[in-house]
Amino acid sequence: MSVNPVLEAAGSAPQVLPARRPFRFREWLEREGVFSWLMLTPPLLFLLLFLGYPFCYGVYLSFVRRPVAQPATFVGLNNFVQLYNDPIFWQAVWNTFRFTAAATILKLGGGLAMALVMHQNFRLKGATRAVLLLPFIVPTVLSTVAWQWILDPGMGLFNRGLMYFGLMQQGPSWLGNPTLAMVSVILVNTWRGLPFFGITILAGLQTIPGELMESATIDGAGTWGRFRHVTLPLLTPVIFIVTVFSIIFTFFDFQLVYVLTGGGPANATHLMATYAYVISVTTGQLGLGSAAALAMVPVLGVVLMLMSSYVRRD
Amino acid sequence: MVGQLTWARRLLGLWLPLAALFVFALFPFAWMAATSLKANAELYDPKSNPLWIQHPSLVHYIGLIRESNFLVWIGNTMLVALVATLISLLFGVMLAYPLARMRFPASGLLALSVGVAYLVPQTLLFVPMADLINRMRLGDSLSAVMLTYPTLLVPFSAWLLIGYFKTVPKELEEAALIDGASRWRAMTRVILPLCTPGFLSAGIFAFTLSQNEFLYALLFLNTSSIRTVPVGVTGELIRGDAFYWGQLMAAAFLGSLPVVLIYSFFVKYYVAGLTAGSVKG
Repeated sequence: MSVNPVLEAAGSAPQVLPARRPFRFREWLEREGVFSWLMLTPPLLFLLLFLGYPFCYGVYLSFVRRPVAQPATFVGLNNFVQLYNDPIFWQAVWNTFRFTAAATILKLGGGLAMALVMHQNFRLKGATRAVLLLPFIVPTVLSTVAWQWILDPGMGLFNRGLMYFGLMQQGPSWLGNPTLAMVSVILVNTWRGLPFFGITILAGLQTIPGELMESATIDGAGTWGRFRHVTLPLLTPVIFIVTVFSIIFTFFDFQLVYVLTGGGPANATHLMATYAYVISVTTGQLGLGSAAALAMVPVLGVVLMLMSSYVRRD
Repeated sequence: MVGQLTWARRLLGLWLPLAALFVFALFPFAWMAATSLKANAELYDPKSNPLWIQHPSLVHYIGLIRESNFLVWIGNTMLVALVATLISLLFGVMLAYPLARMRFPASGLLALSVGVAYLVPQTLLFVPMADLINRMRLGDSLSAVMLTYPTLLVPFSAWLLIGYFKTVPKELEEAALIDGASRWRAMTRVILPLCTPGFLSAGIFAFTLSQNEFLYALLFLNTSSIRTVPVGVTGELIRGDAFYWGQLMAAAFLGSLPVVLIYSFFVKYYVAGLTAGSVKG
């Protein structure tokens, strides 16, 4: 039997194939799309389970009546109608807008001032920045408890100060009076959030080239002129984004009001978030509570639209 | 003359405003510390100076540690923050690396979804989330918060890391691939080590956010021995009687200390993370 070396080589080829298979698998792995999706799938599944699913389930819940540990019954838009006819819900909406607007304006103004003061040369600048950021680092609940004690009507720091300087015989009940309670909530949120504005705007200020300031000075611009016509226009993008972020997080704030006033007195400081919590957890109406929480979405949507249109314009 | 003028300007334009900022930012902490170090007799004496300590006393700290589970809460908070931070970094890298450095269909849409997910607050999801956690039989366990905190932290970490990954030139990766390295090797040995500052930023940010989280902890942690500091403090230390401020301030002060200490080591990275989104965006 004569053996053709070529045929023999061909015949042995299938024996080589199993050895080549892992090589091919690796090649497949090296493709950009395959590699990407292998990396992306686990975190995406996680986010779908713990973010996407709860969101969809929350939308479903808002259309049913579901007391805790009881089966759900479909009620259509009844939950939203019920909220529409609920004066406390409207008060919470109004409170949320007032709270967000006032706190954002104060944080923006204060933060801009803080950034301008910090944008000078002085010793220990880094340490100063670190220390001034502390209100933003310390867990909100813990600092809010301290504020509750500062605002205590009898022995709190504020009222003892007022009495010490003889400004008042008896200090006001900061958290007991509806207007003062709202002022207090806004004050504490401003205290916590102002450094975030200050430090971020400062970072924006540091990106403005010094030559621009010099040429503006040569052109005869004073301090105000330089601020108005050079600094402010260049800072607008940073200020816009910080403000949008802050609006979102202030609008959905929960812990500050929950700890400081619990929404009182007489619902004067209830925000949409704390009211949704009361409906679903305290009174156990999961469907109605979901509807109240979802009512915040349109606002988030409007803000996101503003943001994306801004990014697109850029 | 000129020297005096600039000195006055320096005082009005820098030192006075800075002093005001310091007082504004720090007086609550001073008040916290002063309260926690005074025995009740001095603390509730209307004639004593509220910001001065005449007879320092650790009575509230001793009471806090003896009478409550405070040290357990501190341990729980640290453990949860650490696990949640590690999960967020791992998933953050897995999301950010392909989105920043690879080209494939739907990558733009995915990057946008990650950005939107970052803005979804827990206030919006807590009702269905509680239901999901109960059905997974995770209610009243630390796993419940270890799994839910990353829902807030993963999108943020991914968003931040996308920015960092994009700053590394594509040629570095290509060179490694031409030298015969696999994509995995190129990623773990070449690109990721260059992005250490990004990991530190995302990590310290996720850590402080985990320490701060309250709503999910309030919903999911009911047993005292598994609570975190914020839930333990508001749930168990605020009692009916009026004379609990000493212990409460001791708890607020001690509870803030670990976060502040860890933050102080990573300030640079924290500030970088804080400003990354808004300044670069």
